[in-house]
Amino acid sequence: MNRINNFTPRLLVTFFVLCACFATTAFAQTPTPSPSQGATKPADKQAQADPFTPEPAGPLPPGMTGSDTEDPRAKLTPGVDNAGVAALGIKHLFLLKKPDAFQLGSDDPNDPKIQKVLGQTGGSPAEIAKMPKAIQLVVAQLSFANSDLAFQGNHLFQGNFYGLNIFDISNPSKPSLVTTMVCPGGQNDVSVYKNLLFMSVEMANGRLDCGTQGFPPAPPAPTPAPVAGQDSKPTPPPAQKDRFRGVRIFDITDIKNPKQVAAIQTCRGSHTHTLVVDPNDKNNVYIYVSGTSFVRQNEELAGCSGEEPDKDPNTSLFRIDVIKVPLAAPQNAQIVSSPRLFANQQTGAVSGLTSGATHGLEQPKATDQCHDITVYSAIGLAAGACSGNGILIDIKDPVNPKRLDAVNDPNYAYWHSASFSNDGKKVLFTDEWGGGMAARCRANDPNKWGADAVFTLDNNNKMRFASYYKLPAAQGDSENCVAHNGSLIPVPGRDIVVQAWYQGGISVMDFTDAERPVEIAYFDRGPIYPNLLVLGGHWSAYWYNGRIYASEIARGLDIFELEPSKFLTQNEIDAAKTIRVNELNVQNQQKIEWPRKLIVAKAYVDQLERSQALPADQIGSLRTAIQKAETSNLNKSSVANLKKLAPSLETAAGSKTGADATRLQALAQILKNPAR
Amino acid sequence: MRHVSRVLIRRSRLLAVVAFVSLLSLSVYPQQTPVVVQPGAPGQPTRTLPPSTRPTLPPTSPADVQFMQHMIVHHAQAVEMTALIDSRTENKELRTLGARISRSQADEINFMKRWLAARGESTSAPTHNTHNMPGMDMSKHEMLMPGMLTAKQMDALKTAQGAEFDRLFLTGMIQHHNGALIMVKDLFDTAGAGQDAELFNFVTDVDSGQRAEIKIMQTLLGEKP
Repeated sequence: MNRINNFTPRLLVTFFVLCACFATTAFAQTPTPSPSQGATKPADKQAQADPFTPEPAGPLPPGMTGSDTEDPRAKLTPGVDNAGVAALGIKHLFLLKKPDAFQLGSDDPNDPKIQKVLGQTGGSPAEIAKMPKAIQLVVAQLSFANSDLAFQGNHLFQGNFYGLNIFDISNPSKPSLVTTMVCPGGQNDVSVYKNLLFMSVEMANGRLDCGTQGFPPAPPAPTPAPVAGQDSKPTPPPAQKDRFRGVRIFDITDIKNPKQVAAIQTCRGSHTHTLVVDPNDKNNVYIYVSGTSFVRQNEELAGCSGEEPDKDPNTSLFRIDVIKVPLAAPQNAQIVSSPRLFANQQTGAVSGLTSGATHGLEQPKATDQCHDITVYSAIGLAAGACSGNGILIDIKDPVNPKRLDAVNDPNYAYWHSASFSNDGKKVLFTDEWGGGMAARCRANDPNKWGADAVFTLDNNNKMRFASYYKLPAAQGDSENCVAHNGSLIPVPGRDIVVQAWYQGGISVMDFTDAERPVEIAYFDRGPIYPNLLVLGGHWSAYWYNGRIYASEIARGLDIFELEPSKFLTQNEIDAAKTIRVNELNVQNQQKIEWPRKLIVAKAYVDQLERSQALPADQIGSLRTAIQKAETSNLNKSSVANLKKLAPSLETAAGSKTGADATRLQALAQILKNPAR
Repeated sequence: MRHVSRVLIRRSRLLAVVAFVSLLSLSVYPQQTPVVVQPGAPGQPTRTLPPSTRPTLPPTSPADVQFMQHMIVHHAQAVEMTALIDSRTENKELRTLGARISRSQADEINFMKRWLAARGESTSAPTHNTHNMPGMDMSKHEMLMPGMLTAKQMDALKTAQGAEFDRLFLTGMIQHHNGALIMVKDLFDTAGAGQDAELFNFVTDVDSGQRAEIKIMQTLLGEKP
């Protein structure tokens, strides 16, 4: 989920930078040698003179291939509000901008408000005056970055490093922002369950009281330069009893007045969290806490230790935390276990992923954190993206999850997120190479790095690598881009995911064939700024009850709908829209079960035609019969006709394998007993 | 813009449906006027704030600035080390790893320079008054951040070839990366440090990224857990 991590230009984040100062129109983006770069100096010289110029990618490593520079997305014009757009099979409906309370509120670098905020970053007025004007507008804006999304009924919850925004999406033609909640702490990833909202806090400025002031720094220390072989010894900070790093719980009964009811402190804070609902426990829900940041001092939170396990077997590293939340008394929520998911299962050593070599490398020795976990309670499994490993977890006892399998991959820099196919037979991992703040989709960035990886899952719960998928279109030097958060689109008969790639935009990918994932739709904007990496783009893109909602880090909230193309028919889109849920927390994956409606049957027929699994005449007679049943509103004779067509489908299914066999069987079941 | 559009149109024939362009403004909603609230500590009431509320940032610490200046020096050595790979080893896995380290460390150096410059700070570490340090003649010591290879270690690396180079590179880079982890720990052990959002994310990612690379290097070295 979210995260942003590893490195780089993470910087200058964001946004609303608006304006005129970035005369947007005349630039092509500057990736590779592209035309129309007359005004641009050679990149290397410019980089030396100006640290703000993005550095072009180096040459591709031997044997690697990059992404497509001929794609329409490769050279879009930059801009905040007026960037060029390329889309295929996706229609943009709305962009709802961030509220004033979460942004600098001005596009004028000389505005006193801008100067005031910049002054808060520590620079003196004289120093600030020396900065390039454009930089003044974008500095420090990760503090106001939009993060992940959760949904409940007619409400959409959008996390922001500075708090939370709640939208009313009940009116499809007029979504609106209802509540802006100030509560800094980053990343503020959110989940929602009934009247409770959960929020992840990890940053050092987080306060129990949601205050914005942070904590006072130590005075400048006359620290000598560190010397080789010597560890420096900074002054330990005073314990901050008001600091909060962990999971907050809010009561959202009044959507315009959320109340904090609990704040569960953890040693590493909470980078992400996962809501876990035990089918056998109606009184509690559980929260899996993934902490990826530094361990705080024991003086601040008793029991915390950042030591390696050989020095302290009770180290706060090498674990996740499990919070139990009593639904009747959420104020009593507490950590009930801290599972050692990475332990050596023979010796019990807490650091020990050593089995199941893949891709020519042994398992790494010491994965000590999960970045994100997706639970799939219907099948009793979870998939963890745990920095150096992808792991499969048995969660039938949610308080005591057990690792079943672990994989590694030499092309994976940082295992970031995971999700299952609906049948639970595939696991899709992402690699957040570059941490989300870096340009990692440039023409010369290998398409096995910073990519999705599809693994198949066998009956013994062993994962096997099948393929990589990376955004096919090359992106520019000034666009942060890497695989990030997505959700399944519930098209029956296919495994389809919509996924955010930061400034790479949104890509809809079909991984029905685990060996050959393929893109079927996309939406992309040009970079926010042409020759400066300004953090932005889509953090997450999720399908919720018929639409795609995407959290745009810098710009706001985007809302889309799918459009038919040769890769996806209107019937398939309409069949996906039959799935309605009351809540969506993507990392708490729910099993999708399609109704036996004729629109679902029509989607299967379209797919069987596309894959040529049935002869054309049979496709034709299926369509005719279904059409008659529809127009007659399932009268007796039309239903009888449908039923007659089922046996030949079941016969055909016997001679097929994989997706077509499943589609034929599912279609036969609907024809035998269609629902209104 | 026109030129770009022509290029795009030409290419669009490859795709069934390509719509690009232009302005999103028709569907862009301006900032709206939601109720702005700020919760209290657990159990405390939530306050309503005026609609005119604007954000406030936590303070930046001098330790943050010093950390960035020192880490630039630290990273530069890693780039120097990876530059040796091409002419000294044919080990495919090491070459791939080196390519990734080189790329990420160079990126991170750029990030740190931008972070400093955007805050009006020098991108190079200030000269230390080491001659004032009692009992220490710094002219005889190397000015190194934790984990950095000494001049002697760098010389040995430069003169090695093949398997010996691989070994020295891996052990040296593990030492180097471990030093970065110490620098990160020291930063967060300093009062009021690390509250800047960009710096916090950057540092956290340096920490996790280098831990991951250490593990890969230990594997390449054949070290057993």
